[in-house]
Formats: sequence, structure tokens, C-alpha cells
Amino acid sequence: MLDLFQYSFAIRGLEAGIIIGLIAPLIGMFLVLRRYSLIADTLAHVSLAGIAVGFLLQINPILTAIISTVLSSVVIERLRISRKVYGESALAIFLSGSLALAVVLISLAHGFNVGLLNYLFGSIVTVKQADLLIIGSLGALVVVILTLFYKELVYITFDEESAQVSGIPTRLINTCLIILAALTVSLSIPIVGVLLISALMVIPVVTALQFRRSFIKTIVIAEMVSLFSVVSGIFTSFYLNLSTGGTIVLISLLVFGFSLGFRRR
Amino acid sequence: MPVDHTNNIIEVEGVSFAYNEDLVLENVSLNIHKGDYLGVIGPNGGGKTTLIKIMLGLLSPSKGIIKMFGQDIHDFKEWSRIGYVPQKVINFDVNFPATVFEVVAMGRYGKRGLFKSLTKEDKKIINESLRQVEMYEFKDRIIGDLSGGQQQRVFIARSLAGQPEVIFLDEPMAGVDVMAQDQFYQLLKKLNRELELTLVFISHDIEAVVNEVTEIAFVNRSLSYDDDPKNFVKGDLEKLYGDKKFIHHHHKHA
Repeated sequence: MLDLFQYSFAIRGLEAGIIIGLIAPLIGMFLVLRRYSLIADTLAHVSLAGIAVGFLLQINPILTAIISTVLSSVVIERLRISRKVYGESALAIFLSGSLALAVVLISLAHGFNVGLLNYLFGSIVTVKQADLLIIGSLGALVVVILTLFYKELVYITFDEESAQVSGIPTRLINTCLIILAALTVSLSIPIVGVLLISALMVIPVVTALQFRRSFIKTIVIAEMVSLFSVVSGIFTSFYLNLSTGGTIVLISLLVFGFSLGFRRR
Repeated sequence: MPVDHTNNIIEVEGVSFAYNEDLVLENVSLNIHKGDYLGVIGPNGGGKTTLIKIMLGLLSPSKGIIKMFGQDIHDFKEWSRIGYVPQKVINFDVNFPATVFEVVAMGRYGKRGLFKSLTKEDKKIINESLRQVEMYEFKDRIIGDLSGGQQQRVFIARSLAGQPEVIFLDEPMAGVDVMAQDQFYQLLKKLNRELELTLVFISHDIEAVVNEVTEIAFVNRSLSYDDDPKNFVKGDLEKLYGDKKFIHHHHKHA
């Protein structure tokens, strides 16, 4: 059983997984309740296009991923406010558009290369010490900002109009949240991949919502579901030699399935 | 209750508003005085909600001036003096994970300001607001589990928690059953008379409102105003609606 701890790469992977597992549902809570579940998925695909640009121009792909997701997230939010496009249509446009861009850029660079594939699925077992540092700092930033804006975020999520009337700077806080989501997605992708980051933002939150508890308790339940899925997923995949990201998502879905049965009322 | 007509807290002067090309409000002027219980009535699509949203700073008028407590609305910062109960019960997420206490606590957030958490004093005010609307025993329940009438009282408590001087209520009776409506009118009367809160009450249920309020404003693109609702006899109304080719509904629903 202690095998896993003999490998420092596995321990680093576990640490990175736990950090991402903690911050993803924290942001996801505010996105899911605003019917914005798909934004994580959309930003993940935008990030992929950003990474492809990085590969093509031979710049650090993380940098291009961050720039592209942050810019797109701000544009998506603007589109939503303008009401020219429905919120979810704006997401669909960006999702398909960035995927198209990524595919075209990849073909320009003459096909897939291994580096890019790594970003698509993530490689939690190749986490370096520097990655841990970056993701750890991001985690701290997310926790600090969400704590500072917690009460305003809850109000805006519940009733944006009333929050605005009460003098809360809703636009500033919305922009902060969406930029945090963009940063989290683009920095998590090299570690957990496109698939897992959006799953961790959404599935634990939807699971926790089934218990119909207070806002703060719902966050705690989501965190527990997320951590359980990440840790048990890493162990299971390690010993059974399975894909780590896929195992984590499947476990979280299993927990979600159980939560549906527990639903009060 | 006699109303002191000298103390204007909200002044609307010559306000017009257009959605795209459609003129929704035309040259509307209205004063709200301290202690008023103003009913804003009119047909659906007549511009009631637009007028309220302009006064709340949610929409900017194409023409005209609004003064809140003597200050131009663009410079007005003390939004905690204003309470707002939106048209909530209809488009309400019953799965939202918040207790009654958490919802009412939101009413304190604007007052407390950014980066500060609620104090003991805040919690006392929140509990007091809950008692005022007789919902204290429900404070740990999930908001979505309550009836429409109970939810609406919680939203009143939320606006009370901000200790406002004026409360705007947009169609607060929507989704509230008849029994609870009576209780709700009692509560509003109490807030207006005992706490001397100024109330602005939007409704299309003219007959019900006329018996409750102390002033009435009839909005149908332009505005007619009267400080004695009893003058608003049905014949006048039918004339007004008839003029604008609106049908007079006796019953609710848009």
C-alpha cells in the first residue's frame, strides 16, 4: 500500500492534484449556480488553442494559454452583459471556435506532437517542482480573493440585480471571478488536462447541491467530494495502471450517482 | 396618516426612456415624499418596471433628471438607504443552497462594505428583521423549501436588514396565494405606519392596491398622479386604459 509514497513523482502528482481539487470546486460553486457550468469546458478549449499558438510561435505555451483564456473570459462576460447573445451561446461559440483554431494550428504545425498531447490529457505523473510552486501560488491567490469577495459573490450569484442596487460593484467582482476561472483552467491543464479541470469544477458542486444545505455547508461538501475523488482516483489509477484523469472523473461521477439517491424531498 | 409633502426624498423630472426605437416612458415627473405609501399601477408593458429600474439606477433614462435624497443619481452613493424587493418568486431558483438566514444576511452586505465580514451587531439586526416579518423560526430552513408567501416575507426581511428609508417592491404578490396576500398587506401597512418606511409598490392589481396605498401613480407611457387613491374610481381607470387601447383585466397574470 505504501508503494506510491516511494516515488517522488507520484507524491508531487498527489500534491498538485489535491491543490487543484481544492480550488476547482471553490470557483465552480459560483459558476454552476449561475448556469455557467460550461465555462470551464469552454476555457479549457480556448486554452488548448492558446497552447497550439505557443507551440507554433515557439513561445512558452503556458503563457499563450493564460493570455488567450483571460482575454476570452473577459469577452465572454461582455457578450453576456450586452445581451446580444445568450450566455450559453457565447460559450458554445468560443468552445467550437477555439477548438477549430486549435485543430487548424496543429495541422499548420504538421500534425500532433507529443508535447501537445500531454496538454490535452495532462500528465499528473510528470509534475515538476516548479509546477507545484506555480499551482500552489495560484491556489493561495484563489482562496484569498474568494474569501475577500465571499459575501458579495454569494449575493451576486443569488440575485445580481438586488446586489447591484445595494451598491455592490457587480461588474468588478464578476470580472475578477471569471479571470480567476481562466487562470485556474490554464494553469491546471498541463497537470490534469482539459477533461479533468472542467469536471472538477462542476461534478463535486452538483453532487453537493443534492444535499440541500446552506451555502457554506454546500461548499464544504463539494470540497470533500472533490478531494475524495482526486485522492482515491490517483491511488486507484496508480495501482491498476489506469489513466489518472479518467479515473478521477469516473469516481466523482460515481459519488454524484449516490448523491442523487440521498436527495431530500 | 397625513403625509409631509415638503420632504421630497426622490424626485423624477421629465424622464423619458426608449427601448430601441420604442418610447416606453415619456416626460414622466414624480416626487416621492418621506412616509409615502405609493402605489405604481398601470397596464403590463406600460413602463412601471422601467420607471422603477430607472429610480434604482439599473437603467439610465434617455432624457430627464433623477434626484435621490437631493443628490443627482449619478453622484448618489448611499444605496443602503434604498431597499429593493424584486419580482422574485416567479423566477426563483428553488435549488439554490441558502438558508433563510443567509438570504436575509445579504441585506447587510452593501452596508458592511467590501472585505469586511458581518459583526455581532449585523447578526442581531438580521434576526430582528426576521422577527419583524414573523419568519425567525424558519431561519435555518432552505429558502427554496418555503411557500411563495413565506419566501416573499424573507425578501422583505432582506431589504429591512439593510435598514433602508425607502423600499421598492416590484409586483410582490406574484406567486403568493390569496390568504398570504392579506397577511402581506398587513405587514406592509405596519412597516409604513410603525417604522415610517416609505414604500413604493408596483402592481397591476389596481383594485387591491387602491385600498392599501396613500398615493397612487398611474403609469402608461406618461404618468397621472393623485395623492388620494379613492379618487381613482373605476370609470376613470377604464377611460385611461381605453384611451391607450389597453384592455382592463380584473384578474392577475401578465
